[in-house]
Amino acid sequence: MGNKTFIVEIKNLFKSYRRGNQILPVLKDINLDIDEGEFLALMGPSGSGKTTLLNLIAGIDRADSGTIIVGGIEITSLSETELAGWRAYNVGFIFQFYNLIPVLTAYENVELPLLLTNLSKKERREHVEIALRLVNLEDRMDHYPGQLSGGQQQRVAIARAIITDPTILVADEPTGDLDRDSAVEILGLMERLVHELGKTIIMVTHDPRAAKKAHIIMHLDKGVLNAHPQNHY
Amino acid sequence: MHILKIITKNALRHKLRTFLTILGVAIAILAFGLLRTVISAWYAGVEASSASRLVTRNSISLIFPLPLSYKDKIRQIDGVKLVSFGNWFGGIYIDEKNFFANYAVEPKGYLTLYPEIIIPEDQKKAFLQDRKGAVAGRILIEKYRWKIGDIITLKGTIFPGEWDFVLRGIYTGRDKTVDESAFFFQWDYINETMKKTTPLRADQVGWYMIGITNPNLAADVAVRIDKTFKNSLAETLTETEKAFQLGFISMTEAIVIAIKLVSFVVIFIIMVVVANTMAMTARERIGEYAVFKTLGFGGWHIARLIFGESLLISLIGCILGIVLTFPAADIFSSSLRTYFPVFNVATKTIYMDIGASVLVGSVAAVFPTWRAIKIRIADGLRRIG
Repeated sequence: MGNKTFIVEIKNLFKSYRRGNQILPVLKDINLDIDEGEFLALMGPSGSGKTTLLNLIAGIDRADSGTIIVGGIEITSLSETELAGWRAYNVGFIFQFYNLIPVLTAYENVELPLLLTNLSKKERREHVEIALRLVNLEDRMDHYPGQLSGGQQQRVAIARAIITDPTILVADEPTGDLDRDSAVEILGLMERLVHELGKTIIMVTHDPRAAKKAHIIMHLDKGVLNAHPQNHY
Repeated sequence: MHILKIITKNALRHKLRTFLTILGVAIAILAFGLLRTVISAWYAGVEASSASRLVTRNSISLIFPLPLSYKDKIRQIDGVKLVSFGNWFGGIYIDEKNFFANYAVEPKGYLTLYPEIIIPEDQKKAFLQDRKGAVAGRILIEKYRWKIGDIITLKGTIFPGEWDFVLRGIYTGRDKTVDESAFFFQWDYINETMKKTTPLRADQVGWYMIGITNPNLAADVAVRIDKTFKNSLAETLTETEKAFQLGFISMTEAIVIAIKLVSFVVIFIIMVVVANTMAMTARERIGEYAVFKTLGFGGWHIARLIFGESLLISLIGCILGIVLTFPAADIFSSSLRTYFPVFNVATKTIYMDIGASVLVGSVAAVFPTWRAIKIRIADGLRRIG
């Protein structure tokens, strides 16, 4: 084997939570490598540690020990401020409940991550219009989240996630709050992001139909990662 | 999209709550502004006092007179330029409700010493020529609708009897700090009457007003004056006009302190109200702040959002409060003109209003900001849904 590099490399990762005097182990010795352009689904029962693992990869939580390298950067050694800056450019988030800012229009929500960049207003507009066109919502850019359906809100969230052209996209139950048709639409969009734009997606889901869209399905159970991933290539 | 746009949109999210908070701040600033103006009005005499004037009174108390003969002795003291004198008259116009300051003065020296009292030349001349002549301030003229030539009768309390004065002049102040509600007349009029009715009380003055050549030498001149009358039957106490005025205020210091305390309590209460609003706001939006942090926005950005909203609300309330303070002060002033003849909203008060609202907005944002910054992103995101 040569020295193959992965977009995500996780080694000996441990994470636990403290509840009162009790320490509850959530992730136990996780080792995982993810290729660039891969669509990975993480499945497992509630409380198995899926979302915790996703949060650690996305740099919004801290591991007890172990290392996570994303795009060549060891994020486990970054400070909070460095992590915030890293997230802004390297991670796109897709949440179950969309997490759009209700007082901002679709356009403004998508523009939000670009406020942290040095792009001019004109450049930001160009980027936002492209992203909204990609999710087929350019005609709804002036609508507020409350004026959009669940599926449309999730498409806005996807546009927001890809607007900075991040290294990875993380999705936590992206179809969990959607009806069947909308879920199919969102999963189709995510597939397009992988196939047409070469994005790397790590998705947590309970839904086997959603997981089937992924290239690889990995199972977590009681904090332990299944050593035999299902390959859907 | 600018951060200010997000702040404005956030502030308008709960319109009723924001409106009520702004109204609360406006009323607090209005109350604070009026209370500070009352305090300023209390000190109006001090503010209007001149550094080049001294006041000499009996060292025992202001109610004990000084001999008229002191005038020439004081005039001869090094550093003294001009000497005038006066007596508090304490007369009542029709009944006791119509209170206004009235006193007898040696007119020529008095009007020279107090150039801030403006009287038209022809009226001044008429006043100086008429022993029974009197001058009233613009506010009294408006209140009692007096006209030049009117006979004004005061009932004496310190100097018994009914005293008729002919209104010869109307004065206005050179600036807003001058009390325009006083009534003064010729000292000779009461002195000559006293010579006839109570000779023992004649040739006595209440206080001397002294113009000095150099304000920097005020303390030395005061010492020289008091030294001149040391071990006499009527020893003197000479002080600057400012110290003389402050002496009056010290008698009512407890009231002034109480008003000051109330003004700060008002600000403290509104600070708690705004802090409560901001705490509610931040609690409701903790999930959104977690989203902002997820997207890469740092603590500084979150702080700007919360502080910005808090300051926006308190500053809008402040502007509204300041705008309301002026008509409210006018109403207050016209109702209590007799007690507060100088009742002007000072520029300093406006600065204090702005300072107070900035303080309120900032302090109210501290705890919600700290909470929003400290919360773990994962915990914040769990609040959504």
